[in-house]
Amino acid sequence: MSGYTPHTEADVASMLGFLGLSSLDDLFAVVPEALRLAGGLDLPVGVPEPDVFAHMEELAAANRPCGRDLVCFAGAGAYDHEVPPVTRALASRSEFVTSYTPYQPEVAQGVLQAVFEFQTLVARLSGLEVSNASLYDGAASLVEAVNLAVGATGRSDVWVSHGINPSWREVLVTFAAGTGHRVHDVPLANGLTDWAAGVFDDLADPGAVVVGYPNYLGCLEDLAEARAVCDRTGALMIVAFDPICAGLLRSPGDWGADVVVGEGQALGMPLSFGGPYLGLFACKLDHVRRLPGRLVGETVDAEGRRAYVTTLRAREQDIRREKATSNVCTNQTLMAVTAAIQMGWLGTSGMAEVALRSARGARYCREGLLAVSGVEPLTTAPVLREFSLRLPLDSEMAVERMADEGFLAGVALDPSYAGGRQDGLLVAVTERRTRAEIDAFVATFEKAVR
Amino acid sequence: MVDDLVPAPAAGGRAASAPLLGRDTEPTLFELSEPGRKAWQLRTTNVPELPLDELVPEAHRRAAPVVLAEVSERDLVGHFTRLSHRQFSVDLGAYPLGSCTMKYNPKICDAVAALPGLADVHPAAPTNCIQGWLELLVELEASLCEITGMAAATLQPAAGAAGELTGLLLMRAWHEARGDTRHKVVIPDSAHGTNPASVTLGGFEVVTVPSDARGCVDVEALRAVLDEDVAGIMLTNPNTLGLFEEDIRSIADAVHGVGGLLYYDGANLNAILGVVRPGDMGFDIVHLNLHKTFATPHGGGGPGAGPVAVSERLAPFLPGPRPVRLGQPSSPHYGWAAPERSIGRLHSWHGNALVLARALTYVLVHGSDGLRDVARLAVLNANWLRKRLTGTFDAPYDRPCMHECVLSATSLKRATGVKALDVAKRLLEEGFHSPTVYFPLIVDEALMIEPTETESLQTLEALASAFERIVAEASTPEGARAATEAPHLTPVRRVDEARAARHLVPTFDARSS
Repeated sequence: MSGYTPHTEADVASMLGFLGLSSLDDLFAVVPEALRLAGGLDLPVGVPEPDVFAHMEELAAANRPCGRDLVCFAGAGAYDHEVPPVTRALASRSEFVTSYTPYQPEVAQGVLQAVFEFQTLVARLSGLEVSNASLYDGAASLVEAVNLAVGATGRSDVWVSHGINPSWREVLVTFAAGTGHRVHDVPLANGLTDWAAGVFDDLADPGAVVVGYPNYLGCLEDLAEARAVCDRTGALMIVAFDPICAGLLRSPGDWGADVVVGEGQALGMPLSFGGPYLGLFACKLDHVRRLPGRLVGETVDAEGRRAYVTTLRAREQDIRREKATSNVCTNQTLMAVTAAIQMGWLGTSGMAEVALRSARGARYCREGLLAVSGVEPLTTAPVLREFSLRLPLDSEMAVERMADEGFLAGVALDPSYAGGRQDGLLVAVTERRTRAEIDAFVATFEKAVR
Repeated sequence: MVDDLVPAPAAGGRAASAPLLGRDTEPTLFELSEPGRKAWQLRTTNVPELPLDELVPEAHRRAAPVVLAEVSERDLVGHFTRLSHRQFSVDLGAYPLGSCTMKYNPKICDAVAALPGLADVHPAAPTNCIQGWLELLVELEASLCEITGMAAATLQPAAGAAGELTGLLLMRAWHEARGDTRHKVVIPDSAHGTNPASVTLGGFEVVTVPSDARGCVDVEALRAVLDEDVAGIMLTNPNTLGLFEEDIRSIADAVHGVGGLLYYDGANLNAILGVVRPGDMGFDIVHLNLHKTFATPHGGGGPGAGPVAVSERLAPFLPGPRPVRLGQPSSPHYGWAAPERSIGRLHSWHGNALVLARALTYVLVHGSDGLRDVARLAVLNANWLRKRLTGTFDAPYDRPCMHECVLSATSLKRATGVKALDVAKRLLEEGFHSPTVYFPLIVDEALMIEPTETESLQTLEALASAFERIVAEASTPEGARAATEAPHLTPVRRVDEARAARHLVPTFDARSS
């Protein structure tokens, strides 16, 4: 038996005796004989931990992680921001890691209060009144936001800017097969959503209008235009924001957003090959009864002391069942706690500083790359941490060549962002990139694109 | 012998010695804040320091910094460490929360997830930079397929509910590909709430089928609702009463007979690992909860992972891109592939990858023999507790259970006024987490107890004694009051949930408004 099950042979014998059984197999007498697995699973037998660890190390060694040997200039929703030892240490406390959903608040005040603080921080960053306790990732938050808007307006047409992360749009379309929402793509012009494109004149008014801030190409959209579309049509305005850029940018709530969604990975999570990340979700108080997922609220205990508990539970699947606003149960609580710790570490000044330093690095890097012969900007719209380029070669090939030279040069853009061509590249620069790294990156780029 | 107040038998799973019990409220981060304090330190970059107004156009700039909190690193560590002391966890003590499979989480999984070669990999890196990750995912997919008896799997769904919805979209796509539009999905009345909620989001209508006196699906009632408009059925087996659906083959034949599909909710897979497989029972689609069965762990409510495995005929519909093995068997390499009739992408990237790495670690350490032991000992523990506590509580379904047992406090409530909720709250101050209460909905005053395989006989004895003490105490008016007013010794006393909903305070800033 493994080291994780404490039963001695004597324990098992005594327990079977208590049950009047003669073997462990007897416990499964109720399972029809014909169904039972004869001979067991076709898997290797258990292996001691050190051997398993060696195997996992071997798999890890077959990857090229970001670091000194592969300096990261890639983003597209996954960013190489600083994750300090203090965040890692606190977020790995086993009380947070090995607890369940806080169904018994009297012994779950730790997680509940940390999530309450997370909700407060996300509300402040987004400029809205309410944040939930997290969803799976940015894409899941977008899906839930659209569901909320369709429910609130009773309209199932959704206008989605082409500046939304294309993976998120794919996820939205996947789930629309079940809900029946009609997802319409609004094109970009010079990197910004072209709301005047007029392609929807013959359609019914939308329930939701979705726009990124910054958008997938890193561009700063004029959200007043999106707000005007919503005012004209009665749609809810959903903004996909970035929590780091929000340290400098006017908040989506201030621009008039009804719902704000985002990917929270940059708030203390490593790149993690894409997960677990953190779906951010905030909305106006008017919509709180349609909020998906868990919500922590402050209350008092029987002695009048401040306490926290999950609230407005009647929205949720375990009570409302087929009439629930969402099916989400398990979310990303540990990541929400991590983000609360990271935002506590950054504080008021650090939140602005990370965004400022990233913007400076991106500006310096962009100017350097644009000086390379044959490299051109894909857009001239204002950007912050991330920007797009047109290369004189296939961008996937450029990324592979650059990886051989020790740089993760960015993410190759889908041709729909590059005028139908394969030469678009999306580059991100965080506060962790030094001038020396950027200079070396530009110099290597010059050789790689030749 | 000196009475040194060590409880006997000493049980590793009892947390009554824990210094969990701070009496004061911990201030929020915002109340600890002092203007001018900071914790952050960032890299020296020597990048030219352009002023903000040259970087961000005025129309896009914040008028003032967003106010978060201003604390030192020491304050931050103190705050979150104190919060952690106000939190029960598996590492602290037994967590017999039914349906949640709160087993011990092996620490090797933490070490694996922290390997820089896994944790620091960018999800959009080119395939020649991620060969290890792709191999890991392919290896995990193969293991999960063997464990469930299925042909192929997607690892993208981030939790069980996401897996359910994935399964329903697969069902929809499969029927539609055959030119067959169906509108109904059948679920038993004992199902988890996520099942009906997922059915609605999948665009289907819920048809509920009752349980019979044995606690299993009423097969005749099921036959009565089956017709050619039924897309499929969602079942948990063992079901949420902890009982094995013995008639599963007849159920499968009946559903397949009208052209429907069978969906297996993996919430209770822990009971049958290596003993019987959903695929062999006739299921077409299976989701697994890696944060339950494979201990990845639960993180206070997530992250989880809810891979979905399917039979051969559904494989072409799986979400993409999928990790695949390519090249010669002697010198394989790995890449991504899109299934030909894919329902599309379900996650921003590739799923909760580090959770998946933990799950593979768990599978490898246990192996075929260890996984079967997990199921056997989980079922042994649950049956031992069921038998020991029958009499102390009512046993509405008095027959052998699988990995969990559902008892009822109906008689206790009638005799003393002490409800299942009171028992749950009183148990907290005995050093154990509460069982699940009031679920499944079809059992009055339900107590759903899942001890898992990682608790010892000594811990089970201590847990059973605690339940028995609570019930015995309830026979006097003072004892009953102690139960209805419990808990007394936890960081906070019973929490006013009604007030939280009536006077909604969802953020610190809402306190003053």
